[in-house]
Amino acid sequence: MSQTIQFNLNGKAVFLKTDPMRRLLDVLRDDFSETGVKEGCGEGECGACSVFLNGKLVNSCLVAVGSITGMNVETIVHFQHTQAYRIIEQAFSDAGSVQCGFCTPGMVLAAYALLKENPDPDETDIREAISGNLCRCTGYNMIVDGIKLAAKKGDGKW
Amino acid sequence: MKNSISTPVDRLDGPEKASGRAIYTDDIRPDGLLYARTLRADRPRARILHIRLPDIPVGYFIVDKNDVPGHNRIKMLEDDWPFFAEEVINHVGEPILLVVGPDREKVNVILHGIKVEYEDLPAVLSIKDAIAAKNPIFGDDNCFASYQFQKGDPDPVFTDAKTIIKGEFKTGYHEQAYMEPQGVIGNYVNGKLTVTGSMQCPYYVKNAMVQLTGFPENQVQIIQATTGGAFGGKEEYPSLLAGHVAIAAIKTGKPVKLVLERGEDLAVTTKRHPSISRYRSAVDENGRVIAMEADITLDGGAYAGLSAVVLQRALFAAIGVYDIPNVTVRGRVLSTNQVPSGAFRGFGAPQAFFAVEMHMEQIASELGMNPLTFKEIHLVKQGDTTATGGLLRDEIKIREMLSRVLKMSDYRKKEGIFASGNGRFRSGIGLGLYLHGCGFTGKGEDTIHGTATIRKLTEDRAEILVSNVEMGQGAQTTLRKIVATTLGLPIQNIDYPNPDTDRVPDSGPTVASRTVIIVGHLLESAAKELKARWNENETFSVSKSYRHPSYIKWNQDTLQGDAYPAYSWGVVAVEVQVDTLTYETTIKKVWTVHDVGVAIDEDIIRGQVEGGILQGLGYASIEVMDTANGAYRQHNFTDYIIPTAVDAPVIESELVDNPYEYGPFGAKCAGELPIAGAAPAYAAAVSRALGIPVHEIPVKPEALIKGLKE
Repeated sequence: MSQTIQFNLNGKAVFLKTDPMRRLLDVLRDDFSETGVKEGCGEGECGACSVFLNGKLVNSCLVAVGSITGMNVETIVHFQHTQAYRIIEQAFSDAGSVQCGFCTPGMVLAAYALLKENPDPDETDIREAISGNLCRCTGYNMIVDGIKLAAKKGDGKW
Repeated sequence: MKNSISTPVDRLDGPEKASGRAIYTDDIRPDGLLYARTLRADRPRARILHIRLPDIPVGYFIVDKNDVPGHNRIKMLEDDWPFFAEEVINHVGEPILLVVGPDREKVNVILHGIKVEYEDLPAVLSIKDAIAAKNPIFGDDNCFASYQFQKGDPDPVFTDAKTIIKGEFKTGYHEQAYMEPQGVIGNYVNGKLTVTGSMQCPYYVKNAMVQLTGFPENQVQIIQATTGGAFGGKEEYPSLLAGHVAIAAIKTGKPVKLVLERGEDLAVTTKRHPSISRYRSAVDENGRVIAMEADITLDGGAYAGLSAVVLQRALFAAIGVYDIPNVTVRGRVLSTNQVPSGAFRGFGAPQAFFAVEMHMEQIASELGMNPLTFKEIHLVKQGDTTATGGLLRDEIKIREMLSRVLKMSDYRKKEGIFASGNGRFRSGIGLGLYLHGCGFTGKGEDTIHGTATIRKLTEDRAEILVSNVEMGQGAQTTLRKIVATTLGLPIQNIDYPNPDTDRVPDSGPTVASRTVIIVGHLLESAAKELKARWNENETFSVSKSYRHPSYIKWNQDTLQGDAYPAYSWGVVAVEVQVDTLTYETTIKKVWTVHDVGVAIDEDIIRGQVEGGILQGLGYASIEVMDTANGAYRQHNFTDYIIPTAVDAPVIESELVDNPYEYGPFGAKCAGELPIAGAAPAYAAAVSRALGIPVHEIPVKPEALIKGLKE
């Protein structure tokens, strides 16, 4: 059964008539071509579909679109134009944090979610912060190094 | 001295991946796209009696074996694996037909409305069953392949030996768990078939499509899309999926996409072969192994796939990094009604290294010797021979590497302290020593004769034309770096688009850790020639085809000689702490040194080393797939658990330079190597922490409880 749903996507109000039980992940990918949001598992285990919902990091595969009326959704498509993104991207590049790249947009958002709350995280904080984002290529340490480097470069300006 | 090429550069594919701009298969959405889903067998072995279809609405299609214009078999070692089930299904999840249409939900509804009537047939569901089966399901003995070879004269040594030590070692299914599930898109326009997808081997897919369709080669085009991890899992399996969308596209005349959901991917794609290895060693009075016998059995699943070659690599690794004068190696890969096993980083070697390393631990322990000392006195040196009688002609630095790991980890001191540990938390430290034969096993490289091309595009720009893919391992960086450095151009001036078989020669598949040592070597030679001839023309190409160095001799019938042109080496130490209340094991830290010849890029190698080691530690500790009536009992990442950032230990990693004459800038191989030693090192560490033997991975808490009770 369709419903009209309104939310804010990357700063713009959007309206769509759709089944409210559809996954936010599918709505973003299919209706708004937000292909930077990845489906890795569809079960909330891997974090590849991470987005910000009212500023909080969530797995968009676990969110029914009918539940987000009036809320703000920010994806990697928008986030990549921020200064914070540029710092994290450069730090990931310097630290060799990227391999196959499928987990990377989610990792970048998880890194930002951490640094915004805790600009000077220790190793344990970083590992906890990305523990909901699976990566099979790197063994994680080079991502942890990337986030440490981003913390240093960002110097609290998150 | 460090080669300047090893200095890391920024990965050129980093920014587009980090920003989500990189286009993976599922991100491609051509106009008129149809979606396919697969109807799969729900039982391990049965005859299909009848398929009852619901009403199929206009615009929706059923695609099955009757739509295949050519040969309904995947082109591989044996042509036994059908694209679509024929009369009999041989494993759970075997594809029977596709439902194809524009709306995914409607496709699902149709799929769930299909009823299949089966007549169950007796199924073979384990290695034990396959050996005992009175009515074989493959050939007359259920063996896809069996091999045996010898070195020296082991039989009289065993007959006369005073001490013979036997052990049995088991490993389980291991899932690649690439983050991007498998996916392909087929298109058929004006008589030409194009398949785009997540894959390691565009020409494997092309050859499979030619056989499937009967089309001439120039009417089949394969394009690799950005690939989100593979680890061997996208070596042979994409050919099957490509066949499905190919036939669907030909039938519907529209582009058709098939992307597996994670649960489906886990349930039906190939895994690392489970193994049972039986070892027997004769030891003399000085504690020296004078003969070793290894017997390795793999579960190949329902179709032969690449199993025979996986078995060969396992067998050629069966005596590890040790100099054993008399050796018998035997092995077989059995046919069962399990989901087919297949390629996974290490390709048989991790099973063998787990077995031989644990067997060496076991011998040392039974002789009352220190395992480290025991392994050390048996290490191979330059000039020794391999199990197949191949000559280890290049410098071997494993002693130096071992000393370094012992120093980095403070191994001997910890070993002493941990030995006297008691109380709830017990610590242990273990070692893994390993090698990896670079490139294809045996006759592979000489059969494929890979060709690589470089094209001069402008005065300061060139393009790499090879069929090898970037799948996360860094080929975009390493191959460009080799060419850029040789030509004296900036790396940004070297183009290397994702392979498209209409544009690139067959430089071979992206497997067997061959991309740098073999294809990189061809590119280095081509670049040298191109540079010498640079002013000949505004634009032209130079191609090079591979031949082994002339001293490499291999006999595929007797399995004697140099199975590989070169070897990379590794040593790893793993420290663990076991909680004897909960039987949880924590990995405290890992130290490792590798010899990959020369690192083309230290960051790329570090990424391979750390990723490989963590994948190996997962294999050893928490990653388990078991089956019930031929179906995996693990369905997603909630019950097939792979390590997270919290589980991952800090890995202190170093390299030694040891240039190989025929590798680009002296590089050998690196991709698969690091996974081989992590599992035995972990198992040995747990074993020593608790003072109980470990014979099986993953090392489950249940096994530790049982071991301590005994």
